[in-house]
Amino acid sequence: MSDVRVAGTGLTPFGNTPDRTGRDLFAEATIAAFEDSGVPREDVDAVFYGNFMGELAEHQGHQGPLMAEAAGVRAPATRYESACASAGTAVRDAVLQLRNGEIDVALVGGAERMTNLGTAGATEALAIAADDLWEVRAGATFPGAYALMARAYFEEYGGDRTDLAHVAVKNHENALTNEKAQYQSEISVDDVLEAPLVSEPLGLYDSCPLSDGAAALVLTSQEYADEHDLDAPVAITGSGQGGDRMALHGRAHLARTPAAREAGAEAYVDAGIEPSDVDLAEVHDCFTIAEVLALEALDLEPIGEGISAARDGRTTANGETPVNLSGGLKAKGHPVGATGASQIAEVAKLLSRDHPNSEHVEDARIGLAHNAGGTVASATVHVLEVTR
Amino acid sequence: MSDDVRDGGFDEWLDAAEEGEAYYLECPAEHGSLPPRRVCPTCGSTDLEEQPFPETGEIETYTVTHVPTPAFEQDAPYATAVADFGPLRITGQVVGITPENVEVGLEVELEVTVSETTGERVVGFWPV
Ligand SMILES: [Zn+2]
Repeated sequence: MSDVRVAGTGLTPFGNTPDRTGRDLFAEATIAAFEDSGVPREDVDAVFYGNFMGELAEHQGHQGPLMAEAAGVRAPATRYESACASAGTAVRDAVLQLRNGEIDVALVGGAERMTNLGTAGATEALAIAADDLWEVRAGATFPGAYALMARAYFEEYGGDRTDLAHVAVKNHENALTNEKAQYQSEISVDDVLEAPLVSEPLGLYDSCPLSDGAAALVLTSQEYADEHDLDAPVAITGSGQGGDRMALHGRAHLARTPAAREAGAEAYVDAGIEPSDVDLAEVHDCFTIAEVLALEALDLEPIGEGISAARDGRTTANGETPVNLSGGLKAKGHPVGATGASQIAEVAKLLSRDHPNSEHVEDARIGLAHNAGGTVASATVHVLEVTR
Repeated sequence: MSDDVRDGGFDEWLDAAEEGEAYYLECPAEHGSLPPRRVCPTCGSTDLEEQPFPETGEIETYTVTHVPTPAFEQDAPYATAVADFGPLRITGQVVGITPENVEVGLEVELEVTVSETTGERVVGFWPV
């Protein structure tokens, strides 16, 4: 089985650019990724593209071929939609096809245009990641669903809003050096606690922003990389995907995310590593509680202890296992369909010492990317390793 | 979707619930679930029977939402909860009590309410 190499990465700035179309954003990300990779566009065998709310935000379906065109690529193209895990599932399919020898070069990525919808429109659009009949019509919003999980977590394991605030503070701190991040501003625990409430116990600063942006990756087979002498020190060595019941109320547990646990377990076995081998991780922190749940599901923290990881410094830049050195969704931004690919890009850059925060992880060789959809009814996990 | 088209299964369930005849679906292994559904999501059984919805449930977790979707604009702030009714859980809006008095463990019964914003029917929980 062939290794999958990360040959090039490209990100647009994440932020508030309501007048930029998805195709413009994705084109920018792909130009950067192709330049970074040295791979010619005509060598691309297939395009794997993540997007969630294109119909609502841009009145645009069938985005696969549109985005291949925007990237200047003539190849079969498919859009992946798994809510916020859209690009994670796109990456996973690309990895599987590259490994199987079906293809040698994949253009993978995603884009989302959100801010043109405004807060109410985007809140409505994001809510469709939940069960329309039984959750959305009961008034559940996307932050509301995570708030239900946060309260359930507090009830079962303890912890409070101050613990969660430390997650937000950490991720803002990490974004200070990330020029592509939506927020490059420090915040304090008090700022988080005093921010307006969105859905109790979550406030504005517990939540990722609405973001526009795109991410692109050029992935190749080991054989292609060797043949073309590519400078691609990082490989994707593990991939996993998990699923769960759509509605939160249908789950076995309201304060755990079994889909992420399954995805993580599969990715660890696939890569032949243990959770303790992970040197750094990008996890899906759409809300502060989401980072806590991810750490526990991935066995980076014991169940019930993830809540204190940021507060006690275990996941800060200089901690044992830095988490979300990019700033995470919280501070870097969360253009939904781009997020999973952007996480892989950040981990690859961190591991290849090509990231402003690489100085914090000089000896890192193994990184993890965790991408979750909805209240984690979908999850993908990828393991990246420096193998050269 | 046209306004006069009903969501088969869901709207019928709301009709029944308004009459005080809410039900849930049960498979032979006694897994509970909500309609519309042809297959037990837990075990795959296609042998589902309607059972009367349990009289009371208990709030397992809740949130008070201040930033709603447009469909609940005039309802905010409102409490949404997941309540445990034994054979199954269900999500609903807590009514008949001010949001700040909602708490985990609160005993509730199911009763259909309406959105102040749209007049649409909403699964509601009333304190017993
Ligand atoms: Zn069953």
